[in-house]
Amino acid sequence: MKKYAPFVLLAILIAFPLVVQNSYYQHLLILVLMWVVIGSGWNMIAGYTGQVSFGDAAFFGTGAYTAGLIASKLGLSAWWGMAFGGFTAMAVAFPFGWICFRLRGAYFALASLALNEICRHIATIWEDLTEGMAGILIMPTFLSKIPYYYIALALAVLSVVMVQIVMNSKWGYYFLSIREDQDAAESLGIDTHHYKMISLNIAAFLTGMAGSLFMNYMGFIDPEVVFSLHDISIMAILVGIVGGVGTVYGPVVGAFVMVAVHEFFRTGFFGFFKGLAGLTGSEFLIVVAKYIGQAHVLGFGILVVVVILVLPNGIVGDWNKIIRKLVPMKNKGVAT
Amino acid sequence: MEVFLQTLVAGILKGGLYSLIGMGMSMIMGVMKIINLAHGQLMMVAMYVTFACFHFLGLDPYLGLFVAMPALFLLGCLIQKYTLNPLMEVESILPENQVLMTVGIGMVLTEIARFIFTSDYKSVQTSYSGATFFIGETSFSVALVIAFFIAVLFTLIMFWFLTKTDIGRSIRATAQDKDAALLMGVDSKRITIITFGLGSALVAAAGTLLLPVYYLFPDIGGPFTRKAFVITILGGLGSTVGAIFGGITLGLAEAFGATYIGMAFDDMIGLIIFILVLLFLPGGFKRLTKI
Repeated sequence: MKKYAPFVLLAILIAFPLVVQNSYYQHLLILVLMWVVIGSGWNMIAGYTGQVSFGDAAFFGTGAYTAGLIASKLGLSAWWGMAFGGFTAMAVAFPFGWICFRLRGAYFALASLALNEICRHIATIWEDLTEGMAGILIMPTFLSKIPYYYIALALAVLSVVMVQIVMNSKWGYYFLSIREDQDAAESLGIDTHHYKMISLNIAAFLTGMAGSLFMNYMGFIDPEVVFSLHDISIMAILVGIVGGVGTVYGPVVGAFVMVAVHEFFRTGFFGFFKGLAGLTGSEFLIVVAKYIGQAHVLGFGILVVVVILVLPNGIVGDWNKIIRKLVPMKNKGVAT
Repeated sequence: MEVFLQTLVAGILKGGLYSLIGMGMSMIMGVMKIINLAHGQLMMVAMYVTFACFHFLGLDPYLGLFVAMPALFLLGCLIQKYTLNPLMEVESILPENQVLMTVGIGMVLTEIARFIFTSDYKSVQTSYSGATFFIGETSFSVALVIAFFIAVLFTLIMFWFLTKTDIGRSIRATAQDKDAALLMGVDSKRITIITFGLGSALVAAAGTLLLPVYYLFPDIGGPFTRKAFVITILGGLGSTVGAIFGGITLGLAEAFGATYIGMAFDDMIGLIIFILVLLFLPGGFKRLTKI
């Protein structure tokens, strides 16, 4: 049963836009798929290799700006960004990793946070190239969302398969050994710096591709959007830890949950409170609906706190624990 | 020459406040070995506390210190006790969970402040906000000079506290070797709680002192968190003396950068210093001073 679950999920995802014509839900699912890609990238470097990165937005934004600049400066199609976005993100990741992998744990996290901020400042200040805060606007290629959907799906499948293949290879075991005990790994003759670089570059490649896709799909970027610490870097971490750190399908689950939570708050529980307020005419509920609409970052913050306290290994990682809590009877049955 | 002197003075005065911010972070860093990414947000909360005191009670910002510091001490203790300490017992793959937790706490604090005070820019206007005096050709902002001296005072008090009192020594012992301290009968859990409270109180002092000459909005925490970690890295991790040097260096670097390179590079300079320190002086000033 468990073996076929990914294929069933994939079949559902392929059929989804043909069944559901509502473009709002298609949009949400495109976002979910994009987050699967970013989350897989983050999971590669942080979940498997243990180097927690707070700077995913640097790679994401680089990918997005690659696509945007190819379209606006060279006059080519922005889809060329999909070909180059991953590699430009790697070009950012390479010197960064070279310098900053001498740092460990929380200090590496800080350095990646600094990278994120530096990239944002460069994109803001270098107006000749990036148009600064005015951002880059391109014309979307397709009117329908369906082509974007399948491209996003292909990218998401690619990233999940890539993580799976890498983690089943020799590299994967090296990554895990670095996460578990870096000194022990080093003493066994693993060139930890080298393998951390590989892991970071895979992560940057995936995140950069997601950035290019974002540019093509949204048609507009500015530094505050694509280099945002809260909306990209922290969200990537949330996707990783909510889904499950160091699991292949963790980011998939995490992306679903996080996009749903985001929309949940943004629309005020899908207009639930607004509808209720309209029905009862209660002033109080109108105010509540208004505040919930503004509270999505607060909701995120509380979610981080709760998830770390209760499910430190995420939904997939702590799945057995959840089942045990929810179905105490079944557990007793097994025990006796 | 005048511009140079003026920049020097501005940098040192600002650096005094940065030292206070860095010292709090450094203490937390030393004892718990985690980076507190909610540090700037705690400062933001303190600024709002002082602002509320000023706005509703008419309390002078300097008297607001006596409200904001105990309040933030309490808040810091509660955060450590109910969110960070329980994490020590939780089994998880990533040891950086505590850092992620502080990010979450920072987000919650910012959004709560936004709820209560909205996103509008606020400021505290006092009679001395814009006042200056001159020595030679160089002008000194009265509020910043007062802030600088209070910051120096707090630094001295902290030194006395850390070197002479029982709790202070326990804090230093825990920072040096947690297990050994535990064996010597130091209740390390209590020490972490007190340390987080003290760090919060110090950053609260910095925030309150900055308020008369600065403005206030909920997102102000982020940039100050970044400044705080640049200072901590610059000074050497967990070193109090280092944090003071780090704070003044950052203040000077920002002032000179803004004067001679351009205002837009204000934030960049700190981050570039950060990378340079990592490259050429890993370990920060602590390596040079050995304290």
